[in-house]
Amino acid sequence: MSDAALLDIHDLCQSFPKADGGEHVVLEGVELKLAQGQIVGLLGRTGSGKSTLLRLISGLTLPSSGTVTYLGQPVLAPAPGIAMVFQSFALFPWLTVLENVQLGLEALGLPEPEIRKRALAAIDLIGLDGYESAYPRELSGGMRQRVGFARALVVHPNILLMDEPFSALDVLTAETLRTDFLELWGEGKLPIKGVILVTHNIEEAVLMCDRILLFSTNPGKIIREIPVELRHPRNRLDPQFRDLVENIYVAMTARAAPAPHIGAVAEKAGSATLDTVLPRVSANTMSGLIETLAAPPYNGSADLPVLGDELHMEVDDLFPVAESLQMLRLAEIEGGDIKLTDMGRQFAESGMDDRKRLFQRQLLAHVPLAAHIRRVLQERTNHVAPKSRFFDELEDHMTGEAAEASLRAVIAWGRYAEAFAYDDDSGTFSLENPT
Amino acid sequence: MRVFVPISVGGWARLFSRWDVLAVLLILGLLLFLSEASRNLFQPLAELQRTPPSLDPHNLPEYAARTTLRMLVAMALSLLFTFTYATLAAKNKRAERLLVPLLDILQSVPILGFISVTVVFFMALAPGRVLGAEFASIFAIFTSQAWNMAFSFYQSLRTVPTELVEASRNFRLSPWMSFWRVDVPFAMPQLIWNMMMSMSGSWFFVVASEAISVGNTTVTLPGVGSYMALAIERQNLTAVGWAILAMLVVILLYDQILFRPLVAWADRFRFEQEPGIVAPRSWVLDILRRSRVIDRLIRPFGVLWRRTMLGRAPDKAEAIKPATQPRHGWITFQWSLVVFALAALAAVQLVRFITQDITLADIGTTLLLGLATLIRVVILIALASIVWVPAGVWVGTRPHATLLVQPVAQFLAAFPANVLFPIAVSGIVAWKLDPNIWLSPLMILGTQWYILFNVIAGASAIPAELRSAAANLRVRGWLWWRRIALPAVFPYYVTGAITASGGSWNASIVAEVASWGNEHLQAKGLGAYIAEKTDAGDFHHIVLGIAVMSLYVVLINRFFWRPLYLYAERKFRLG
Repeated sequence: MSDAALLDIHDLCQSFPKADGGEHVVLEGVELKLAQGQIVGLLGRTGSGKSTLLRLISGLTLPSSGTVTYLGQPVLAPAPGIAMVFQSFALFPWLTVLENVQLGLEALGLPEPEIRKRALAAIDLIGLDGYESAYPRELSGGMRQRVGFARALVVHPNILLMDEPFSALDVLTAETLRTDFLELWGEGKLPIKGVILVTHNIEEAVLMCDRILLFSTNPGKIIREIPVELRHPRNRLDPQFRDLVENIYVAMTARAAPAPHIGAVAEKAGSATLDTVLPRVSANTMSGLIETLAAPPYNGSADLPVLGDELHMEVDDLFPVAESLQMLRLAEIEGGDIKLTDMGRQFAESGMDDRKRLFQRQLLAHVPLAAHIRRVLQERTNHVAPKSRFFDELEDHMTGEAAEASLRAVIAWGRYAEAFAYDDDSGTFSLENPT
Repeated sequence: MRVFVPISVGGWARLFSRWDVLAVLLILGLLLFLSEASRNLFQPLAELQRTPPSLDPHNLPEYAARTTLRMLVAMALSLLFTFTYATLAAKNKRAERLLVPLLDILQSVPILGFISVTVVFFMALAPGRVLGAEFASIFAIFTSQAWNMAFSFYQSLRTVPTELVEASRNFRLSPWMSFWRVDVPFAMPQLIWNMMMSMSGSWFFVVASEAISVGNTTVTLPGVGSYMALAIERQNLTAVGWAILAMLVVILLYDQILFRPLVAWADRFRFEQEPGIVAPRSWVLDILRRSRVIDRLIRPFGVLWRRTMLGRAPDKAEAIKPATQPRHGWITFQWSLVVFALAALAAVQLVRFITQDITLADIGTTLLLGLATLIRVVILIALASIVWVPAGVWVGTRPHATLLVQPVAQFLAAFPANVLFPIAVSGIVAWKLDPNIWLSPLMILGTQWYILFNVIAGASAIPAELRSAAANLRVRGWLWWRRIALPAVFPYYVTGAITASGGSWNASIVAEVASWGNEHLQAKGLGAYIAEKTDAGDFHHIVLGIAVMSLYVVLINRFFWRPLYLYAERKFRLG
């Protein structure tokens, strides 16, 4: 069965019940096959359900519907032969490097000499020689993640699941680990047959994967499958590599605009409605991006990948800022480019007070939640309203967590714009700032 | 491939080292202590009464050993209780609903009042034998140790980081294995801290539980507590001094031999991996670690222990269920029904038991007496706060002073304040003071230190940058206290004050009545009421007194301390 799929996922859905009785869909209709010798990348932004998918594959969670089949067997519990590397390493701080690596083997019930032999072999392979008796807290982030890899590889899994394994590391360390991993993989030294890599770093996906599955947010769905046929070792400066990265950027920004709601009046891309989950982006960051865009060399418009590179911002950092600008009509996003609107230019040229005034106007005009809060406050005679009132309202449309996040975002924006005040002690909105 | 050996095997040239000698001595000493201390357990009770405890200081080492053994046995039982009760509460949603509130109430019940009720039960278990009385005493100590340990363990289990749980499931650890390799290690530092607190707290009850007299039955178990009781009865100040010395020695010994090694050992279980914190050390642990003999002796047990954990996790799927979803609604309903039925039954029994000879007037009296005790507690906590908060801040902001004072404060909190009562009583008698006022300070004698050392901890945790900023802005005097010092220590103060207040309620049972030879002093209060009814063997009124006191404690915890604590956590927690 050398050519048969290691893993076969069919029509996988994951959803959670909402307070109002509806369903919050995290993943929808996911189809995925992993063949032997492949690295498949799951690329998407925070909240696209890719980590959830990884936990479904590993059997840590069960899906609402659909099937995960591993070597012909449905996955209903953590399966032997599927090991995971965690973003935060998930090392046991009270166990030494060696003990951490041995843990999975002990759970398998192997005899002790065998455990020792395999653990040392894995430590050797991953370049941890000499660190056997160290505790995780004595190691740097890179070394810790090496332990994470050794711990996963030592059980000789068929499939290795990697949940953003390099995102908690600094740029240089991450690159070293990636290269080392690809080298071992290319030379066939790893005891694994297939890899699934979750990432939000486009370049990382293009560098490592044979196939990239692009995920949308809310709900998480595969929107595009992109084969990567470049030969290893891949060169980031290779024009083909750059083209691929650019294409993925365009594909991801194209979906950045939520699909228009049925029945909604023809709205512009990126418009917010009351049930839009607002990103937590500070007004300072937005001002910073506007100023950068307005200044040379961009002069009002920039290529997003170039901008991200220049500002050392990953997709997950850059997109929410860009989208917030779009939501407030201070910028427009199209085909992987971002362009300041007239309002945006005006913002860039104004002083502090004018900026606030302009921001307030845009906020109340284009963010329905902010307008709603302001209206309620004006209608009430004492101009005070509890936060819980709006929370309950939002919770009909989204999860409690998302409602809290949206409220926090709108509070921050409202404060900057001086559109309304909020007192955290009493949990109330009011119109008046302390005088 | 290189062979990996532990340092203790590869790193030492000689077969035996002086560490081995010391280690063997330590362990033999422990064995001797155990056999000596438990020798007399199976004596008939009559024999015990024939050889009454004497005030000869030569008996004190044996008495101290027996007292310590009781405390250690109670500690072992408390650990067993912690591992089972707290685990059940943390892992089983349905059990959690009942077990956690139950624990909360148990924590609030005045244990001293309990002793008299349980002693009868345990004496009945082993009639005519010392063992029954021993059980009763151990149980009393157990009840003073177990609750906070179980609660700490439960809370730790609830907060094991998700990624560790996922990793252990991904590598398919069996429940047994993940309990010992993940849950227990994660909870260990907090648990050991609580064990130390429990051990300190239980001294109070040792003194009270070794000389048990309920109605006409008086059982005196050989121990430091009964020695002390006898010394007080005979007005022998020298003997009181000897007893205090014996306690000091025992506290020092178990601190050095038991807790310091545990703390040093458990340091590896700290989850936060921030650098720059000096790791605690212990000479005993160093000896045990460096000894090859100990290593050889322990190793086979280690192998056996690990072998119990080998094996496969059950292939049972476990979906992560969202908390809001009412699954198994029917079973939950049945479960609630069973719990409510049991509770109702208990309530009916209780009411019948109490109403046999308790009138409404009795209830009114106890409520009023409770109010008197409440007023004492409130005033005392306020006074202690006025004294110890500024003192604690002063000490805490001076690192050198902190190093000196902090261990002393912790020791004072461990010291059973009830052994000092006789001295206070003789003073009150000599100067003819009003016991209603002057007995009161005894309630807080032992518990005020919790306020002090928590405030010191809080003040020393104020980040250097904040203090520099304040100095830079020239914030001084009252403004400095109001805006910086007091808010910064507030959460710590609240924690300390909660412990102090709970402890004071409990202490009222021994502090509101005190005697020195034939002199008996009594203040008006719920504690004195319970003590008086215990002497009379009047169970109905004891239960009434305990119930009312529990009610007071629970209500104050819920309606005063809890909101204050949450407020402090939300508003003043740094970082």
